[in-house]
Amino acid sequence: MIIDYEEFENSIDPKAYHKGEWRWEEDGCTVTRTSHYSAPGCHDSCGLLAYTKDNKLVKVEGDPLDPAANGRLCMRCLDLVEAANNKDRLKYPLKRVGERGENKWERISWDEAGEMIKAAVKKLEDEGYGHESIFVANGTGRNTVWQVPLVAAALKTPNVGATNLSGQSCYAPRIFGTFAAMGDYLVTDVTQACEKRYSDPKWEVPDVLVVWGNEPLKSNADGFIGHWLLPAVQMGTKIISIDPVLTWWGARADYWLPIRPGTDEALALAWLNVLTQEDLVDHEFINYWCAYYDELKEHVAKFTPAWAAEISDVPEEDIIASARMYGSAPKGAIQWGLAFDTQVSAMEMCVTVTDLMAVCGNIDKPGTMKIIRNAFDVDAGESTSDIFCGSTFNKKLTAAVFGCEGMEFNGSVDSDAVNVAMESGEPYPIKMMWSQSSNALACMAFDAPRTYRAIKDSVEFCVYADPYMTPSAVAFADLVLPVSMSIERDSARTWWTPLRTMKKCTSYYEAKSDEEIVVWLGHLLNPEVFNRWPTAMDLVNDYIETALAITDENGNAVKPGFDLSFDLGADQRDAYDIHTKFRPIDSSKTAFDDLTESSCGYRYDEWNDTYEKYDKGMLRPDGGKGFNTPTGRIELISTVLPVWGIDKYPVHHENQQSVKWLNDPEYRKRYPLYCINGSRSYEFFHSEQRQMETMREFHPEPLVKMNPKTAEEYGLKEGDWVWMENECGRCMQKVTIFEGIKDYCLSAEHGWWFPEQEGAEPNLFGALDCNTNNLTHVYETGSHNIGAPRKTVCVRIYKVRPGDTMPGEQVTRLGGFRDYVNREY
Amino acid sequence: MKGILVSYDFCTGCHSCEVACKKELGLGKEEYGIKINELGPHKYENGKKTGTWEWTFAPMLTKACDLCASRTEQGKMPMCVQHCQAWCMAYGELDELVKKLDGKSRYAFLTPLES
Ligand code: SF4
Ligand code: SF4
Ligand code: SF4
Repeated sequence: MIIDYEEFENSIDPKAYHKGEWRWEEDGCTVTRTSHYSAPGCHDSCGLLAYTKDNKLVKVEGDPLDPAANGRLCMRCLDLVEAANNKDRLKYPLKRVGERGENKWERISWDEAGEMIKAAVKKLEDEGYGHESIFVANGTGRNTVWQVPLVAAALKTPNVGATNLSGQSCYAPRIFGTFAAMGDYLVTDVTQACEKRYSDPKWEVPDVLVVWGNEPLKSNADGFIGHWLLPAVQMGTKIISIDPVLTWWGARADYWLPIRPGTDEALALAWLNVLTQEDLVDHEFINYWCAYYDELKEHVAKFTPAWAAEISDVPEEDIIASARMYGSAPKGAIQWGLAFDTQVSAMEMCVTVTDLMAVCGNIDKPGTMKIIRNAFDVDAGESTSDIFCGSTFNKKLTAAVFGCEGMEFNGSVDSDAVNVAMESGEPYPIKMMWSQSSNALACMAFDAPRTYRAIKDSVEFCVYADPYMTPSAVAFADLVLPVSMSIERDSARTWWTPLRTMKKCTSYYEAKSDEEIVVWLGHLLNPEVFNRWPTAMDLVNDYIETALAITDENGNAVKPGFDLSFDLGADQRDAYDIHTKFRPIDSSKTAFDDLTESSCGYRYDEWNDTYEKYDKGMLRPDGGKGFNTPTGRIELISTVLPVWGIDKYPVHHENQQSVKWLNDPEYRKRYPLYCINGSRSYEFFHSEQRQMETMREFHPEPLVKMNPKTAEEYGLKEGDWVWMENECGRCMQKVTIFEGIKDYCLSAEHGWWFPEQEGAEPNLFGALDCNTNNLTHVYETGSHNIGAPRKTVCVRIYKVRPGDTMPGEQVTRLGGFRDYVNREY
Repeated sequence: MKGILVSYDFCTGCHSCEVACKKELGLGKEEYGIKINELGPHKYENGKKTGTWEWTFAPMLTKACDLCASRTEQGKMPMCVQHCQAWCMAYGELDELVKKLDGKSRYAFLTPLES
């Protein structure tokens, strides 16, 4: 075994790595010890040493003294020099001069940009529209999540969130599911909450790790660095992999369960059936801390392994044996991922798997699932706009547009509702859009062709802010603003723990940081609110100290964080105090400087570094033992779900295409293959890093994995370009033959565009040509509009031939796909 | 003699060592100081391992590797070892490293050309 954490720590030469210093001179360069947190993007913040010279980043290496990543950067941050100094970077604000889509721009000043924005807002007001007719688009969880809602606050609109991310189908369902069952969130415990990391004497190695519906090594998603799991595996953790595609985990697993896409809930219910029928549960934990066990046992009695085997295409004996392995393990953890969210059973799936963790007592004990919150309670997110947008709050586009009943618990806008507003003008039209660090057309948006039409036809004024020109900006923007990279901004992060700062090391032409942009815009349009933050640095400090909370007219603190207990009326914590739990070490310094200089840019908090918090009175607002739920226990049958208008008994649902695939032989003949959309790779985070030469050297083109039998049947070989097509549209990727996938499944990549290609329409940097979202549709969602079928689309395939019409041409010039997809081939 | 011990059952093929080294040595396209070999995925149909998967990644050193001489002189770790995301590489004296062998993983010693 190579991992020996103490030996590793002792082996780091404190002089060579300047232990305790945050900035020094070396080899003619200034070296800054800081953390990276987008741009370019990722959900994590690894500690690094940035070498800069003459206002330029010249070298990067990982910081072995950073306990969060131990210096082990992935290939993307190792290639940061190429990102920061890339020839494609935006240097100045740009105003569109040709037609939208022509990619013709003129350099303007920030002042002129400000005038354009002011004029657009005035026009909207003059025409009688409310500010709710402005949609602010955010991307995935990078260092824009707490800033972009402030763009909405500046523009006084409640409508901020993802673009055509139907069903909020990324991460949010897992949060909603655990909150419904137990009032807090859970992550696999591999010491990440403790500064001592793997030498923490409190920690124990998990006996079994279930890697379910994600490849954490490649995705690094949700604030979790996948390779954190590797030391545990070296120390003996056994693996169960639940994934239709073989991954590193599956190849090393005791059980690899290659399920039919979208049938995870059937399998989860069957696991619960085995655990309850065979009494492989932790009765002590259930007696003390859970409610409604008997009701759960009765509910899952009908979901036998034989029933699940039929649905999920996994042998019954493997379901039973793997459930026993998980249930018998003293310490089990479930590394859950995106596939939980990208299906219509998302809510059901997330509560069921929370139950799987709970009945085995795998809750907040060392080496199981850790209850986690943002360090020092610095929680600011999408709901920041709710408290600052003013009178438009009640006009927010929510699931109520679709007649969803029950209390609204989703702090973000409902993106299908935004699409309805764009296409139909109901309940009001969307006239203006602001997109910051989101390249929706190439990446996030379901049904990219429909998204293209919806935005282009409805939005009259559109601003894009990004470090690079993107296909989405070319298609839609009237004004493009240049954004700084991580290395060029003073910023801070709490997503779980530790609390970290990003220290500015260089500047780049006229690019502004996300913080600078929101403060600039706020002073321009909503000075009443934004006078609180004279500078971007004031905003960052306030974020750390108060998480941007306000005091209402009764003197109560109103906190913008995602906290359902607040919505349930139960949260009385710090009722009058707007401050977070952060306190500086050196009180003569600002919060940002204190963090950056007094503790090398990071600080761990005690709350997260405590186990069995339910037994210590740390979870409930009243300080009592137990969980933050109505009964004070983990509710194995949730009493919160009915309040949200969701059935409290979770069952398995199939998406519409799967129903047809299963029951209609004609349909299955037409679309015989499942396309699992969104396979990750080490080189890229979503649609980013495509400009970086080294990343493209390793991964030049989009790849679709295909079983050798499938390839043979269709006469395809390694490297052939193939069309994937269904009733929504088509896209092409390059075949790679892969044994570890069922012969009726394909696994395709997402987020592809080609910055080296023509940006103007029809090509749009090739963003529509290889886009697997051409195969998806909007408006099909799970309970309370949560969860949507992204990874369960059915397709047919055929070889790309010279002269075929490219999707870019089809979508931008020929009116979309509807005419030719029904033709026979 | 100094070298690198790799516990390559745990190598994930993450490419960090490759990129870290390219940057350190200033190498261009298709040039490497260390390169990952990938075997599989393939399911055994013969022999004792029938029904199990082989999917193995393992690094090899190229002619360009100098064991990060200028870094180790300053007390720093070799770039590839420092960035190994799977914690599956260790640098040092081979007779010390050999003590880590435990039969629980496949191991390899990597030693470069002496310059
Ligand atoms: S890109 Fe890689 S190295 Fe950089 S922060 Fe994300 S996980 Fe860490
Ligand atoms: S020791 Fe240094 S030169 Fe050799 S492969 Fe590793 S990084 Fe490259
Ligand atoms: S850095 Fe480590 S885990 Fe990654 S490819 Fe190299 S040897 Fe393998």
